Amino acid sequence: MADTNEILAGLAEIVAEETGLDAAEVTAEKSFTDDLDIDSLSMMTIVTLAEEKFDVRIPDEEVKNLTTVGDAVTFIEGAQK
Amino acid sequence: MTSLNIKRGAEFTRILGLGVARGENAVPNEDLIEPINSSDEWIRKMTGIATRVRADKDTSVLDLSEKAARDAIAHAGISADEIDTVILSTITYPHMTPGGAPIVADRLGLTAAAYDISAACAGYCYGIAQADAFVRAGTARNVLVIGAEKMSDFVDPADRSISYLLGDAAGAVVIGASDTPGIGPTVWGSDGSGAQLIRQTSSWLDVRDNPETAFPTLFQEGPSVFKWASFKMAPVALEAIEAAGVTPGDIKAFIPHQANVRIIDQMVKQIGLPDTVVVGKDIVDSGNTSAASIPLATERLKRDGLVQSGDLALQIGFGAGLVYAAQVVVLP
Repeated sequence: MADTNEILAGLAEIVAEETGLDAAEVTAEKSFTDDLDIDSLSMMTIVTLAEEKFDVRIPDEEVKNLTTVGDAVTFIEGAQK
Repeated sequence: MTSLNIKRGAEFTRILGLGVARGENAVPNEDLIEPINSSDEWIRKMTGIATRVRADKDTSVLDLSEKAARDAIAHAGISADEIDTVILSTITYPHMTPGGAPIVADRLGLTAAAYDISAACAGYCYGIAQADAFVRAGTARNVLVIGAEKMSDFVDPADRSISYLLGDAAGAVVIGASDTPGIGPTVWGSDGSGAQLIRQTSSWLDVRDNPETAFPTLFQEGPSVFKWASFKMAPVALEAIEAAGVTPGDIKAFIPHQANVRIIDQMVKQIGLPDTVVVGKDIVDSGNTSAASIPLATERLKRDGLVQSGDLALQIGFGAGLVYAAQVVVLP
């Protein structure tokens, strides 16, 4: 099981790959839409790749609640247990 | 005990001919953005679509079907009376009954077996699967498969989920006997747990029972459909390649249902297709024409000189149901 920092680092890699941003810019307080300019389809790609990487399920209806990178890290951490 | 005769058909089948009919009007994004409070840039970014073809008010699903069918029969080099089965895949023929296929057959001067199928954006590949099986079983000699839609009759211009993607067109092929294998095994299936992801907004009974109910139109949960199509369809495509006994390197063209350029691009990535494979993207100019989109994209690749008769193409249809089907075919 990955800890909080490992999840954040892994998620940052996925976001960087999808958006072309530097992974260092993907910090917990950043909003996916407002700060990272991630649209609804890119968000689904990120969610799917995160599901595969961390072996968790993130229901589609949950995605709208994942406003910030930190929200996603918290959800993934909880879903691992 | 008396035994029954059975028929045996051809050992192999192939697509003998292809024809298409696009709606008469190329509708640019600018014409659709006001009711959805959007922009040309947003539609291009989210879908890759620049224009979609839409038919005149008086042009019907059957008109588009007939035109595509006549071209497919001419391309196949057979006479219409050699067609003994007509399969029409459509979700926008506006009659529950009778089906459209017998009427198309009649317009072609045929009394062939004729029926409609409802498999939405997978309908063309479902039709190919049936036609291939019929010819090999001896149930039919030459099958006309048509995917035809007039999606514009079932859009709400103010809907931001799907309305601006959709176009009107028909694509048709003739499937018949071949000396060599021309249609690989079909890999197909469904996931009815996702039935609500792409749907008619209300049933005909809702319309009857509640005068407030709006005329039914199409709606989709766009991000969920994107996720399903982009990531769940890649293994299906790979299975079709494997079932055909070829490798991704043998494939000349990838011709998926033209749902959204973003889906197509993600599928290419997930399947891991080499750069040598040309990818059908007729959606940019024709929009999403549901059951017609794969033959349209095939015709476009041929017209642009990117594929030739005899090339191998991987085609995959997927959509409302959820349903999907994929097969590797030799292009006509």
